[in-house]
Amino acid sequence: MPDQLEHLPRLTHLLPCREAQIKTLLLLLGEPEHYSYPSIFIYGHRASGKSHVTLTLLKELKMPHVVVNCVECVSLGLLFEHVLLSLFGSSHTSLPRGPSLSDFVRLYRQLCSEDPAKQTRYIVLDHAELLRDMSANLLPGFLRLQELVEDNVTVIFLSEIVWDKFRPNTGCFEPLLLHFPDYSKVELQQILAQDSCPSYSPELYSSYISILLGVFYSVCRDLRELRHLAALNFPKFCEPLEKGEAKESDAHKLWRNIEPHLKKAMQTVYLREVSSVQWEEQQQKEEKEVGELRGLSAYTHVELPYYSKFLLIAAYLASYNPARTDRRFFLKNHGRIKKTNFLKKHEKTSNHLLGPKPFPLDRLLAIFYSVVDSRVAPTASIFSQISSLVTLQLLTQVGHDDQLDSPKYKCAVSLGFVRAIASDDLHQHALRWTADHRTLHLRHHPVGSHPTSCCLWVRCGPRAAVWEPVCVQRRGIPRQPPALDQPQLCVDCAPAWHWLR
Amino acid sequence: QFYLSHKCVHCSSASGHFVFFIIYATRSLIIQIHQFILQEDLNKKMLDGLLEFVKKSAASFWCRDDDWMSRMRASEIPTAALVLGVNMPDHTITFESMTELLHDSLTPFVASVQAKECTGNRSYVWPGIKAFFPLPLQCHLCMSVCVCHLQKSPVKSPRKRLSSSQSEFLQSPPVVVIFRDLEAFSPQVLQDFILVCSQYVHQLPLVFIFGIATSPSTIQRMLPHSVSSLLCIELFQSLSCTQHLATIIDKLFLTSKFHFKFSAKVLQVLVGIFLYHDFSVCNFIKGLQLSLLEHFHSQPLSVLCCHKQEALVHAQQLNDRDVERIQQLPSFMRYVEEQVPEEQVQLLTSSEHVKGVCQKLLKSLHKYHKNFYPALRCLHVLTSILPKYPLGKQIRELYVLCLEKKVWETQEYDSAMQLIRMLAKDELVTCLQKCVEILTFCKSKKLKKVGQQLQDITATCEKLDSDRENDSSGKGLQKTDLFHLQKTLLEMKECRRTRRKTPYEILRNAVVDYIDNLVKTHLYPPESQPLYEVWYYSSSGTVRRHLNATPRTSIQTALSHPYCYLQNDSGIISSAAPDICIIYKLHLECGRLINLYDWLEAYATVATAAEGKDPSAIEGGKVDELKHARFIRAVSELEFLGFVKSTKQKTDHVARLTWGGC
Repeated sequence: MPDQLEHLPRLTHLLPCREAQIKTLLLLLGEPEHYSYPSIFIYGHRASGKSHVTLTLLKELKMPHVVVNCVECVSLGLLFEHVLLSLFGSSHTSLPRGPSLSDFVRLYRQLCSEDPAKQTRYIVLDHAELLRDMSANLLPGFLRLQELVEDNVTVIFLSEIVWDKFRPNTGCFEPLLLHFPDYSKVELQQILAQDSCPSYSPELYSSYISILLGVFYSVCRDLRELRHLAALNFPKFCEPLEKGEAKESDAHKLWRNIEPHLKKAMQTVYLREVSSVQWEEQQQKEEKEVGELRGLSAYTHVELPYYSKFLLIAAYLASYNPARTDRRFFLKNHGRIKKTNFLKKHEKTSNHLLGPKPFPLDRLLAIFYSVVDSRVAPTASIFSQISSLVTLQLLTQVGHDDQLDSPKYKCAVSLGFVRAIASDDLHQHALRWTADHRTLHLRHHPVGSHPTSCCLWVRCGPRAAVWEPVCVQRRGIPRQPPALDQPQLCVDCAPAWHWLR
Repeated sequence: QFYLSHKCVHCSSASGHFVFFIIYATRSLIIQIHQFILQEDLNKKMLDGLLEFVKKSAASFWCRDDDWMSRMRASEIPTAALVLGVNMPDHTITFESMTELLHDSLTPFVASVQAKECTGNRSYVWPGIKAFFPLPLQCHLCMSVCVCHLQKSPVKSPRKRLSSSQSEFLQSPPVVVIFRDLEAFSPQVLQDFILVCSQYVHQLPLVFIFGIATSPSTIQRMLPHSVSSLLCIELFQSLSCTQHLATIIDKLFLTSKFHFKFSAKVLQVLVGIFLYHDFSVCNFIKGLQLSLLEHFHSQPLSVLCCHKQEALVHAQQLNDRDVERIQQLPSFMRYVEEQVPEEQVQLLTSSEHVKGVCQKLLKSLHKYHKNFYPALRCLHVLTSILPKYPLGKQIRELYVLCLEKKVWETQEYDSAMQLIRMLAKDELVTCLQKCVEILTFCKSKKLKKVGQQLQDITATCEKLDSDRENDSSGKGLQKTDLFHLQKTLLEMKECRRTRRKTPYEILRNAVVDYIDNLVKTHLYPPESQPLYEVWYYSSSGTVRRHLNATPRTSIQTALSHPYCYLQNDSGIISSAAPDICIIYKLHLECGRLINLYDWLEAYATVATAAEGKDPSAIEGGKVDELKHARFIRAVSELEFLGFVKSTKQKTDHVARLTWGGC
């Protein structure tokens, strides 16, 4: 079919290294006035030229088309409006609020009858994978839009995901699939070498690109990213030329100059540890000052209030220790535990491999009280600190039922982070500000697997010097009606006090 | 505000002192102004940097098309990452002032977005941004519409406001989007938003500002590489909050200009809340204002807590009741006891005499504070470089120590002085220079004199340098056999023991003596001053109760001691405990699961006994309906308070939600 392919040489010049794909597409699109295949699905990795090829093709052939970026269209209405507006250019599109696909089809047919298609119309949906989340019937509807609106229209889907992940359960019209493979190293070289700097010869730039690819090709094949990196580092490459230390032909010298520099760039700019502006500024500085620039991940230290630290540590312990072991770890006078089967078999795998487990608020507080040295009143600010840790995403709240009575949390920080917090010198100066306490001292220790049952150590006032461990559970102190002259205690402590009276 | 006016009305009507009103008003004003200045100053550096950043990125947007470099580069959205620390209550002020600054000096398009405004669906990023686009017609707002709007809109209003030097930016001002709390945003929303914005980065001069509370690595955690490669992130760090606190204490407490003072305990409570709980400067200032209010409310004599001249006038106008109050002040009573008997009689009988003495004492109080702070600073300069900081690293620790007791009687002070006696010369000299600076700037003549003396010592110290060099070129160890070596070493040891002190050591001892003297004359605790109660607020319990509330304790107290809150003085309320209290006490005896029927029976027994009937009179386990209803109501109240909840394990049981069961 020579008619469609007459544009091929021109297009191949514009879009290098994509000859096969262009040819296929041209053949698929066919004559402008003929009906084309209803839907085409184009997939391939990032920066493999999907949108670029499609758009250039449609533009060069002057076909009526509309490009919709699905990321941008946060609602269906926006999508439909955009399509109708650019295909028919009518301002009186009266889509209802919250339109459905049938509204769109109805309106399309109405507008279409006024202005029937002389050429195939094309709707290009970029980032088509987002269509899956929008509405169940949207994707099947678009796939057979030609049939629905009875017009010469073709929908082209562009996505980074393969078609298998799209196919709905109910089945649908199968589009034509077209794959855009990644560029090979040679192709990348060819494309990148095209945009050479006007002030230097194309050969120099081409050799620079081959050095660049030698370093970066193993980690990055993204054309856009490579182009960006090439531009960033080119001035450094040209530095010896400008200073007159080397000529364009001294390939080896230039290579020696740029290679360590590129390797450093791979660790910093490429990972966006250092922004490109900062990188450029650093290049202009002298060698001596280099090395001061710290990447984003260098700042991992977080300054937290004193109790927040302990809460976070307690949360970590609660998340990674089985509840059964609390008694062993946080109780001085824990009962005898048989060593042989202390840990069950499934518990022997490292908890760090399994990830954090949810724990109830009670358990967090129990561990918190036993970790903190001084007596802490359960003030409102302790509880608000927990919720602010949740906002900071250091803890996460799990489960949605029963948020009021027994919320559950998970620890969201790593061992390294907790270690860093714990090894802070615990604010030597902060420790000086401990409040004096003359009232009763109570410490809570969860006993056994049940987090709500607890054992206490009680010390009455400043007179008694020794902590007397009393395990309520085992001694079985008889039940007595509560005495009225009990000291003022928190809700958590007071019940325990009753037991001892 | 309500609290304030209520208290003011209360105190003015109670004591008839309208003066309070005025003094208090001015006082709180002063605090607010102080605080305002501080805030501005502290954030100024960061904000200036930010402003510069926005300007620069806007400028680079407009000269983008020119050269090969910028054409080649992938276009990134300039992004400022502000690391603000975990003191989230303070962030509001920072962001407000930032928005105002940007709005006034650069661009009318500043949107400040909060995570709670755009949760869930990805379409909800827009409300915050919608706010600053006056788009009446659009029901669906998308970026392309924004672009059209911005390109069309004649930006007149800000141009008028700006000076001519800045107008070069305003072909179209940058669009700044501030994400106040990056951590709280859902990553998906953020990613989508950035992806959309990156499509329009060629048409719109966009700038993002991320407010980060924890650490910048959050960005990498939230955004995948494909998205973060669209941003050009620059980092801005704010001052740490402890530095903030140090500045505030330095400016508000360690100055004789500000007459309202805290006792050691109140200061400890406030600083404790700051360090232990929230790191929030705003809350600290609130605590300060609260205690100010409490002080003026609870202490009628606080009328004397003002500038010297005013205070003297007020002292002259005191009425008899106030004079009586003065006579009852513990510090005044101590003062009276120290006087000779005739004077004592005078002080206890003649109110005119008391007024006169009062004026004298007020003067001396002012003078005491004038000397106290410079002396404190000097001592801190010397002790803050010592190893292990025996007197504290921060000046506030030393301050509290001095407020509590005579600092020179503590063990830490002794060890600090001993350590100072071992200081190397250059360290001592730098410290002394700082001290001299502090002392010469203060107003008191006495301290100036001390400063002069210290300066002399420093000068002689520096002079010693040259003499010492000649001296130190003594004999080194020569190569000898073991025996000789031992002998020489022994000799050297002997020599060291009996060696005379070098001139430097003598000087150093003199310095220590001077400092010791300075401390002993000026740093005695304020309790020793008569009339100190007028200036010092000491009710730490009140402050703690107000600022660090314990809701659980209060509920528990209310349930176990209802009379504590009912305050049944008049005897109108019946003395029987309310139902919910009985229920609460009974539930404490139960385990994790409570059988409702047992509970009901126990309740019925107690309630019957309380009515004065014989509990055994209930026949056949039948509970009368009224009691049944009362029981059910009380249980549901307890459930509402969060003590019990229904459980699916057993239908006729409820589960306890507090600890203590078995």
